[in-house]
Amino acid sequence: MASIDMQAPAPLMRPPRATTGPIAWLRDNLFSTWGNTLLTVIGLFIFYKLVMGIVGWAYIDAAFTGADGKACSGEKTGACWPFIYAKLGQFIYGRYPDAERYRVNWTFGLALAGLVPLLTPAIGAKKWFAFYTFFIFPVLAYWLLTGGAFGMPIVKTELWGGFLVTLVVAAVGIVGSFPIGVMLALGRRSRMPIVRWISIGFIEFVRGVPLITILFMSSVMLPLFLPDGVTFDKLLRALIGVMFFQGAYMAETIRGGLQAIPRGQFEAADAMGLSYPQKMGLIVLPQALKLVIPGIVNSIVGLSKDTSLVLIIGLFDLLGIVQLNLTDTKWFAPSTAMTGYVFAGAVFWLFCFSMSRYSAYIERRLARGEHK
Amino acid sequence: MAVIQEQRGQQASSNGLLSYLYRPEVRQVVWQVLLLIGLIALFWMVISNTRANLAKQNIASGLGFWDRTAGFDISQTLIEYTNTSSYGRVFWVGLWNTVLVSVIGIFFATILGFVMGIARLSSNWLIARLATVYVEIVRNIPLLLQLFIWYFAVLKSLPGPRDSHSLGFGTFLNVRGLYMPSPIPEAGFGVVLATLAFGIISAIATYMWARRRQMLTGQRFPVLWTSLGLIVLLPLLAYLALGRPLSFDYPAMKGFNFEGGLVIQPEFIALLVGLVFYTGGFIAEIVRAGIAGVPKGQKEAARAIGLSSGQMLRLVVVPQAMRIIIPPLTSQFLNLTKNSSLAVAIAYPDLVSVFAGTVLNQTGQAVEVILITMAVYLTLSLLTSAFMNWFNARMKLVER
Repeated sequence: MASIDMQAPAPLMRPPRATTGPIAWLRDNLFSTWGNTLLTVIGLFIFYKLVMGIVGWAYIDAAFTGADGKACSGEKTGACWPFIYAKLGQFIYGRYPDAERYRVNWTFGLALAGLVPLLTPAIGAKKWFAFYTFFIFPVLAYWLLTGGAFGMPIVKTELWGGFLVTLVVAAVGIVGSFPIGVMLALGRRSRMPIVRWISIGFIEFVRGVPLITILFMSSVMLPLFLPDGVTFDKLLRALIGVMFFQGAYMAETIRGGLQAIPRGQFEAADAMGLSYPQKMGLIVLPQALKLVIPGIVNSIVGLSKDTSLVLIIGLFDLLGIVQLNLTDTKWFAPSTAMTGYVFAGAVFWLFCFSMSRYSAYIERRLARGEHK
Repeated sequence: MAVIQEQRGQQASSNGLLSYLYRPEVRQVVWQVLLLIGLIALFWMVISNTRANLAKQNIASGLGFWDRTAGFDISQTLIEYTNTSSYGRVFWVGLWNTVLVSVIGIFFATILGFVMGIARLSSNWLIARLATVYVEIVRNIPLLLQLFIWYFAVLKSLPGPRDSHSLGFGTFLNVRGLYMPSPIPEAGFGVVLATLAFGIISAIATYMWARRRQMLTGQRFPVLWTSLGLIVLLPLLAYLALGRPLSFDYPAMKGFNFEGGLVIQPEFIALLVGLVFYTGGFIAEIVRAGIAGVPKGQKEAARAIGLSSGQMLRLVVVPQAMRIIIPPLTSQFLNLTKNSSLAVAIAYPDLVSVFAGTVLNQTGQAVEVILITMAVYLTLSLLTSAFMNWFNARMKLVER
């Protein structure tokens, strides 16, 4: 050790490179190698083009005021926002009569009154809110939207449209598919061979064909199946098709949950002498459904997107009503189509994206519960 | 119920019926018989109603329409078709159009999905974010809306033939579609194709030989470079040696429109681009999950035994990730095929559009037409799930 003291002091070394702070972050994440730097430059270029394209289209070159398509032609090559202002009522309510639109607003409000407390974990009394949302609200909504009582004039479903129809199809699809899905999932795992084979046949058939053929079937073939004189209205036919379609997908999601329940749970329920409905309703399903909440939300997101297919069989959902309004000669301009689609896309995106975020949040919450 | 009541007579004790009914196996039989009777009654009712309704509307039933003349034109046909062809021919035209857009769509969606999935895991923060933005946008907007954007807002707002966008190599894009030079094989081109086939077969043979040799001796053989040489270089040499036996017919402006060359319809482009971007987003998520699903220890172990980054990816990460990726990937391929039925909304002549659309409207035979259409998609999906079961069984981890 003494020899060290004899030597001249070692030359000062450069301090180690910073491993924290913005510079280090940039070096680690964007410029770590030559290849990475090249990627960053390409990425910056794409980002710049995207941002400039969006800002230019939606703001700089966009028209904000005007009463018809002329406002959006000529210099204004960007978005045609006055088209959206002018048609907003149609986009939300379709051709629902102006004087009756307050009923739709009430329905939206009543839905929120049930859904918000139901989906906020901090609020208790879930049982009551669930009962309201799934049993009382549908009756109220049906009564408000169709009318015919308490002096409210009847509004035929042909007049419904826009976001209203999108929500009705999605909501009925979700609520109606749930019991179908549970029954099919239980049927598929049943010990009774005929029940099992019927369930498997139904699920695989529906999952094997595109939704559009199911909708064709319910809109063209269903009227043929019914006895003379019995007719369904077009919206109801589409709802039936969507419900069965979604039911088959829901069944597969729920089956995943049923399979994850340990055998001991079934055996314990049997040992306590519970009947089949008691065993499933009190022991198995509550656990199984809790496991597959994220899967159910994913399939709801899928359904919300699929609702737009009803326009092919002649209903006017949000996308359908946008498409219909594009043919309005008063608003004929080069950028109207893109503006309409961007608006509809933004609505769908907000809806679906927030649902999948919510599902991820619930998933994390449930996972935390498991680890306690 | 009648059965049980008969049995009651045979049983002497007064409590017999009740205890008999409570036996699980008896109850199961009763429930199933009831269900079956209910279903048969439902089917019988549906069939008799349908027959009555069809008779009242004077609509024929059966497959007699299959050979009748269709009498309408189809904008894109892969097999010979004129408006004097039969409805049966329309079915095949539609089916081939569906197959065409699905196969090309699957090819490009897989490439896009893998690129985006890997980009999401990139260590480059900006690239990962851009890929995430792409995935979150396309996955949360209905496919139909995306098709409308591509078709009505993008392709239909392109300029007319006179002001076409030139994309180079004699390719033009305008409101009527994409005009490309069409290749015309000349004498001797068959030899080039034969060389290509030979190259591919010998590359496969080389791969199998190299694999066996590596198993036996541990020596590696540069399979990739050899295969590239066999598949690319050999046909290229043959092509040049034979004096380039391939010429192109370039599209040219004549009057108001282009003539010559190969035209790709805007409907096809819109459907293809829409399907590729949409499905690519889902495949990207599958790829990301698959690669992220390979345990970290595997990568660390690969590093520890001194594999390079490329070797680690090729020999350790990818084979294990593929095991996770392939089953959901197959179902995405199936989804793409089923989603191609949205063609009906932008008038691309696929199976649903020409057969379940036009033929159904002309003949009125909804039941037959829709059942045939459904049967096609059902066959495709059953074949896919059969493949998936086979694949899962083959790839199952063999534990020692």
